[in-house]
Amino acid sequence: MIAVYALGWLLNRRFIEASFGHFLELLESVLPILLIILLLMGLLGLIPRMEQRLQRMTGQRSGWRGWLLAITGGVLSHGPIYPWYPLLQKLQHQGARPALLAAFLYARSVKLPFLPLMAHYFGPGYTVIVTLSMILFSVINGRAVEVLLRRR
Amino acid sequence: MLGVMLLAGLLVEWIPQLIRHGILGQGVWLDSLLADVMGSLAVGQPIVSYLLAGELQRAGIALLPVTVFIVSWITVGVISLPVEAAALGWRFALWRNAVAFLLALAIGVVTVGLLRAF
Repeated sequence: MIAVYALGWLLNRRFIEASFGHFLELLESVLPILLIILLLMGLLGLIPRMEQRLQRMTGQRSGWRGWLLAITGGVLSHGPIYPWYPLLQKLQHQGARPALLAAFLYARSVKLPFLPLMAHYFGPGYTVIVTLSMILFSVINGRAVEVLLRRR
Repeated sequence: MLGVMLLAGLLVEWIPQLIRHGILGQGVWLDSLLADVMGSLAVGQPIVSYLLAGELQRAGIALLPVTVFIVSWITVGVISLPVEAAALGWRFALWRNAVAFLLALAIGVVTVGLLRAF
């Protein structure tokens, strides 16, 4: 990004000055929220054995418990998705419902530590509605994927 | 994170130009579709989508496409599709992302509708 700004400075100094001004404004508004996020992420990291819990109840007859586990696991998991793929692959090979795998991946879109920042930008009402919608739609996403995968 | 905020600074300056050139600001539904595509192609922490969406809203983009942008950023992963497909299969990865793409629009409609209702 520094190289982009440096090149931009040479091509259009006023554009880069204005962009850097926006960057400083963003930094000033975000710093307090970032501190809260770091604190929340530290607290979430203390939840033990999440991987084993997911592995236990994702079979074909897991019922509402499987959905609850998939969605809760998705919401509580954080960090990049890539480290989670091997576990999801293992669960898939062990017969986990595609609906639950899809629901877990969709529910990961709920980022608890970042909700204060969303509320800061868009208000608490918006944040609650979007968050609850994503949790509900994780079920819809899961069911839809499972139905579509059954079609040949 | 600082790099992303520097990028956000560039985009904040660029977005009004997108609107002036007619790329954004073409109406709620077209903007929503474009926002869905943009969010689907984006990579990075969700926090970045909140920052950029906030700037989109300040630039005059309606809440529906702003919401669709946020949701598609965090639920659709075009760039990570090959990795997901390698782990879970191409059919699973393609269908999951395709459904998530459509649901981003649905969540936008639901969110805006509920906010107006209450």
